[in-house]
Amino acid sequence: MHAGIIFLLVIIGSVLFHIFTPWYWTDIASNWQGMDDTITLTFWVGGGVFVAVCLFMVYCVFRYSYKEGRKAEYKPEDKKLEKILTWATTLGVAALLAPGLIIWNQYVNVPKNALEIDVMAWQWGWQYRLPGEDGKLGTTKVTNINDENPFGINIDDPFGRDDILVQSDYINLENNKPVKILLRSVDVLHNWYVPQFRSKMDAVPGIVTFYWFEPNKVGEYEVLCAEYCGVGHYAMRGGVEVQNPEDYNKWLSEQETFDELIANNKLEINNNKLAKNNNLILTKDIYKEE
Amino acid sequence: MSEEYENKSGYQAQSSETISGSSSGITPDMDYVRPAENAEQDLYHPHSFIEKWVFCQDAKVIGVQYFLTAVFTGVVGLILSWLMRLQLGFPGLAGFITAEHYYQFVTMHGMIMVVYFLTALFLGGFGNYLIPLMVGARDMVFPYVNMLSFWMFFVAVAVLMASFFVPGGPTGAGWTLYPPQTILEGTPGHGYGILLMLISLALFVIGFTMGGLNYMITILQARTRGMTLMRMPLTVWGIFTATVLAMLAFPALLVSSIMMTLDKLLGTSFFMPTILKAGEVLEYGGGSPILFQHLFWFFGHPEVYIVALPAFGIVSDLISVHARKNIFGYRMMVWAIVGIGALSFFVWAHHMYVSGMNPWFGFFFASTTLIIAVPTAMKVYNWILTLWRGNIRINTVMLWCLGFIVTFVNGGITGIFLGNVSVDVPLSDTYFVVAHFHMVMGIAPLMVIMGAIYHWFPLVAGKMLNENLGKWHFWTTFLGAYSIYFPMHYLGFIGVPRRYYEMYDSPYMTSGVGLNEFISTAAFIVGAAQLILVFNIIKTMKTGKKAGQNPWKANSLEWFTSTVPPEHGNFGDRLPVVHRWPYDFNVPGAEEDYLPQTAAPSEVAHTEVEKT
Repeated sequence: MHAGIIFLLVIIGSVLFHIFTPWYWTDIASNWQGMDDTITLTFWVGGGVFVAVCLFMVYCVFRYSYKEGRKAEYKPEDKKLEKILTWATTLGVAALLAPGLIIWNQYVNVPKNALEIDVMAWQWGWQYRLPGEDGKLGTTKVTNINDENPFGINIDDPFGRDDILVQSDYINLENNKPVKILLRSVDVLHNWYVPQFRSKMDAVPGIVTFYWFEPNKVGEYEVLCAEYCGVGHYAMRGGVEVQNPEDYNKWLSEQETFDELIANNKLEINNNKLAKNNNLILTKDIYKEE
Repeated sequence: MSEEYENKSGYQAQSSETISGSSSGITPDMDYVRPAENAEQDLYHPHSFIEKWVFCQDAKVIGVQYFLTAVFTGVVGLILSWLMRLQLGFPGLAGFITAEHYYQFVTMHGMIMVVYFLTALFLGGFGNYLIPLMVGARDMVFPYVNMLSFWMFFVAVAVLMASFFVPGGPTGAGWTLYPPQTILEGTPGHGYGILLMLISLALFVIGFTMGGLNYMITILQARTRGMTLMRMPLTVWGIFTATVLAMLAFPALLVSSIMMTLDKLLGTSFFMPTILKAGEVLEYGGGSPILFQHLFWFFGHPEVYIVALPAFGIVSDLISVHARKNIFGYRMMVWAIVGIGALSFFVWAHHMYVSGMNPWFGFFFASTTLIIAVPTAMKVYNWILTLWRGNIRINTVMLWCLGFIVTFVNGGITGIFLGNVSVDVPLSDTYFVVAHFHMVMGIAPLMVIMGAIYHWFPLVAGKMLNENLGKWHFWTTFLGAYSIYFPMHYLGFIGVPRRYYEMYDSPYMTSGVGLNEFISTAAFIVGAAQLILVFNIIKTMKTGKKAGQNPWKANSLEWFTSTVPPEHGNFGDRLPVVHRWPYDFNVPGAEEDYLPQTAAPSEVAHTEVEKT
């Protein structure tokens, strides 16, 4: 008997924990409310099934625990019941799958007006590149990367010369403006992840991957690497600041273009962040000082 | 029955069964069972201590050897998990755990638990011990190869453990071994560690293939007379299907291991694109890191079911025996096992929704993944419907089964979150994933393993484990494990990424500090609680009460051996002849509440048996 009571308490405890948990979503700051909603829906349906199955089990434990001489029912199959359960489950699963696929369809179709941002990852850091006045990013190549050309932009690509370079782990975004994150990595897998934006995708060396979101809350957020990338993985963090258009444009105008970098490089070749980071042996303390 | 009987009546002359029944309703050949097609197997009996206990060809001894070796690796895996939890719950408390060490612990814990512990334990351990007994065979069909299988596994474990002692230590690439980082500087153990891991995996696959062929062919060819496929215990169905999966899935692991070894040693570029490290362009180019992920998960997802299907099968048998009721919907259960096995080869890329593969694959793999939930749910319904209107013994074995149902349903439902592509996006690579797979393929199968230990220990050792200790063992393990993994999902909602050595002070992570301390404390307790089982086994071997034959009043053949524990050859002079499925409990009209598979129809002519 006590077994049934403890199992019952476990189920009640699980439900209460879910209702009163202090640990839940970090507040959302992007357009992907639909993901949260699908999760909430899945919680209702799935949680309902979990509670129902477990309560039925507990009921059986109370009602049918062993009594000498009692006959258990002998009924190997019940075609009708099995059919009902199969169809009910299929319907429930389909009801959960449908919103999931609809939102995935939005996720893989990037809005036309999205700003393309090149996010470049390496062990262990980030840097960013925005299109210049022509609205297009120049092409790149890993083998082009050197002190003078930290992004590996193809010098003879006219679209690349006015690209805006952000040689920092920190990037600013304009509020309510969709962005298409173009991910590339020069060494191993990484993943540019901001919990508040909900979205993520791996950066894979050799190819360019993408995803998009629209930030909708002004503020500062932490960027985390979400794909294991070696011993400095946990420390591979950056930041995003979502700003109003005025502040954003002000920030944007202060950034250096590729052309300017080429000019400046001749003066200050040592100030290259990528080269510095590549030689950095990453420890917790060093990272914090940065 | 009657149809089958009519079909077979033409062969009556060949029947070797003599009918002696005379009460009403008994026809002369109602006990007819088709004669055996193959001659009985010649067994090689051991001649020395070494042949009996070391290089033994008896599947039961091999099963125990597999079991003990797997448990040894499991203990190593458990200690590694303690060290990880020490760092996560109380960062900096154990100063010797550097980030390198932490990642090595993560990697070795994962690989050990999935492959060397769970797979070896279910298939090598329970498979070897139970298959010949349950299908009514004297041994596996290739006993010598079976012996080699274990020793190959043993060498694989030795090579794996050796990697702890080589320069650079074991690999810290994560158990998924994703290139390029696996074989590059910046990942611990990128030199000798990863090589030993890959060699060990290759040896494991070779050894497993030897064992797997045995399991499959024994089940297909060496069943005793009357043991039709649809009369096999679900344990055998689960192990059989899992073995087929393993035979098809492990080659993908083997080739990816070989390819990565070539990338590492010969500088090929199967998985290596152009890479810039420390300002230098490495001599690789053109390879695809995602190709490895496809190969890995083509193995990796069926691997989940290689662990889960034997657990499904075993738990079905345990529930039926201890609820004193036939398993509900046997045919549905069999087809669900086979269906899940087949579908499991079409869902692998749900591990890769955010891997950078073509995002349009997401639609396909989300659909297949959620389809697989249907047969899985049917199995759950059938387990609880087996309890319904049963006569349930609430003993230690049943408690583990109930614990399995709770943890498996919980973990199955979080699987629906992660399988549903867009829901996976915010949750992937967070602690939600960690909590999900530990609940569903860590704790749930472990519950079954424990239940199976308490269930079959009387057969293997001839003595009954202590019930009181068993209950303490169960409740500490179940409640402890549940309080580790249930709250852990919520860390994932906060957004805490997995595989982080340290969280630092991000606001949403600091809110999880207290929770992490709690989870770690629970992990230490659950691990230590396993000593109760060790103590129970020692105590039982010294003073436990004798089990005798068939202490649980079960129906399947393993309980009807000539001696307890069974000797080499299992069944004495005559192999048992099977007349029914193993789930005839509480049959109307029967005197006892169980009818063994060997009970001939003429002996129980007055009962109303539906399924035979």
